[in-house]
Amino acid sequence: MPEPQPQPAAAATATAPPPAVTLRELTRRFGDFTAVNRVSLDVARGEIFGFLGPNGAGKSTTIRMLCGILPPSSGKGSVAGFDIATESEQIKKQIGYMSQKFSLYEDLTVEENIDFYSGIYRIPGAKKRERKEWVIEMAGLADKRGARTATLSGGWKQRLALGCAILHEPPIVFLDEPTSGVDPVSRRSFWELIYRLAGEGVTIFVTTHYLEEAECCDRLGFIFGGELIALGSPAELKRNFPGEIVALECERPFEVLKRVESLPGVRQATLFGAGLHLTVERAEAIIPLLKEALPDQEVRLERIAPSLEDLFVSFMEARSG
Amino acid sequence: MKLKRVRAIAHKEFLHVLRDWRSLGIGIAIPVLMLFLFGYALTLDVDRVPLVVWDQSATPQSRTLVDAFNASRYFTMLPAVADYREVERAIASRRAEIALVIPVDFAGKVAAGRGAAVQAILDGSDSNVASFALGYAEEVVGGYSQKVTVELTRRLGLPAVSGALLKVEPRVWFNTDMESRNYIFPGLIAIVMMVIAALLTSLTFAREWEVGTMEQLIATPVTGGELILGKLIPYFAIGMFDLVLSVLVAEFVFRIPMRGELWLVFASSSIFMVGALSLGMLISIVTKSQFLASQIALVATMLPAFLLSGFVFPIANMPYPIQVFTHIITARYFVVLLRGIYLKGLGLGHLYGETLFLAAFAVLILALSHVKFKKKIV
Repeated sequence: MPEPQPQPAAAATATAPPPAVTLRELTRRFGDFTAVNRVSLDVARGEIFGFLGPNGAGKSTTIRMLCGILPPSSGKGSVAGFDIATESEQIKKQIGYMSQKFSLYEDLTVEENIDFYSGIYRIPGAKKRERKEWVIEMAGLADKRGARTATLSGGWKQRLALGCAILHEPPIVFLDEPTSGVDPVSRRSFWELIYRLAGEGVTIFVTTHYLEEAECCDRLGFIFGGELIALGSPAELKRNFPGEIVALECERPFEVLKRVESLPGVRQATLFGAGLHLTVERAEAIIPLLKEALPDQEVRLERIAPSLEDLFVSFMEARSG
Repeated sequence: MKLKRVRAIAHKEFLHVLRDWRSLGIGIAIPVLMLFLFGYALTLDVDRVPLVVWDQSATPQSRTLVDAFNASRYFTMLPAVADYREVERAIASRRAEIALVIPVDFAGKVAAGRGAAVQAILDGSDSNVASFALGYAEEVVGGYSQKVTVELTRRLGLPAVSGALLKVEPRVWFNTDMESRNYIFPGLIAIVMMVIAALLTSLTFAREWEVGTMEQLIATPVTGGELILGKLIPYFAIGMFDLVLSVLVAEFVFRIPMRGELWLVFASSSIFMVGALSLGMLISIVTKSQFLASQIALVATMLPAFLLSGFVFPIANMPYPIQVFTHIITARYFVVLLRGIYLKGLGLGHLYGETLFLAAFAVLILALSHVKFKKKIV
């Protein structure tokens, strides 16, 4: 469990601006099921915060509570200084939200969708044209202005949806798995947009289950089974990893997996690419043991720095085990 | 309530309707279909009742009576028959709805100025037609007997005694030619409005919840009131378009006489429309499912509008508890309004009660929709 963050009141010194997003013991239950369980964290202004976790971990539920469209069961949260339970309508003026499901009107054209959201956000006339051109340029839709949204491919839809969500230039943006189901090239250009926004000082709260995307974030929260089980920058998380990682390359990794996972000192063994990653107490001590245990195999053993994937696999195993 | 948002929503909804042939179909094709189908088929008039005659008298007097039937537009003469068995067969096979049996002593009794009776045999299996046919037959016989009485008094040199000629002469008001279509059509307009209005809007909110666009919308500063109003506008326009269509069909296709003021038709329809559209919207908001919403909208509007509005079945003939129940059926008031304006030429002075009820209903349902719509996922 991460250390609880300091309360915003305590942190509000002359220099530090209040965080863009705060969660305190935020909880959401659906009947007997606890989707989000006492999650506490802060997101600083201008930060790209990655909310990471497998499907069903509580990512979307959390983001919906922060956007003011799902009331929390208990705990507190604030966005742009407004309480998520009592001031949700003020929050909605400050945020852009892109839900997990594609949420533009498929029977409307690119321009009609943009115009609709311009109207919803009451963007004044001159500004409206400027923002529209900005979105079309940003999403690379210049020659698709009049196309029905239904005919666009995934990457374009995603960028258009992002464009519509930030037409009104909100200081805080919530993106719920914005790149799921999108090809790698589109994902890459989507993340370039996110960087561009962050560069302009926009706070980004993004959920994902892609680990390479997680590496792009300033800070990460890892949620599993509704609980926040790790919080920090990618580098911090790796540094604080309890244990060491040994990479094992061999001929038949699946066979080897069964033989090594019961060895003393091996906390965990996982298939990783063409080989195995072993989580161990101390690499130096275990490598000779492993060689001994696998005399019939031509194995290569190497101590490596943990990747985010190693981290999260071990977090998850620790939780569910 | 910001005008800009309402306008954006209304514009978007218009685009949805224009691009979705199904909602365009519900909005325009169904009303037209209903108007023509019911306009032509749903007539309660009993016309050209097939009649078979067994004239046992076969005298000039009896032939005059038969001719009177022949001349009436209410009857179609079948070839005459010569015995009771044939009468039976004609009725049983439904070739004839009514049989007229003139007794042997008919001419003698008539000539003597004594009362003569003719027998009418009716097929009671369709009691509606039977009672109409009997009424027509009585009318024809009555006309004949009046003529005979006049002749008789003249021949006998008696002064024309008005008392002897007295008979009940029904006079029909408002729908003087007793054309049932004149009576049904204004009601039909009401039914069409009710059904399409609720059906159209029953999809709007539910569709956005199902597709997922609502989740995006509720995370914006848009308010429930803006959404409801914005969604109401395009469907209101469709409803008014249908009303214009209905009025034109009434005027030029079915020649329904219009005794009242046209603006009253439009004004009362507008009020009714808002209520019916809001009802569909409320159903959509509460169910969040297009399928469920359209089913409920059908059951909640079509059936009561058809059966309990007095559109076809007179409310006065219903069992008392159902009569009480009809008071909450808005179509009932609208039917009364449209008939009052069309057939009786009534003005607001006579119709303010119904108008007020429709207005109150519209306000109530709009308010309920507003309360029930939450910018939350659960």
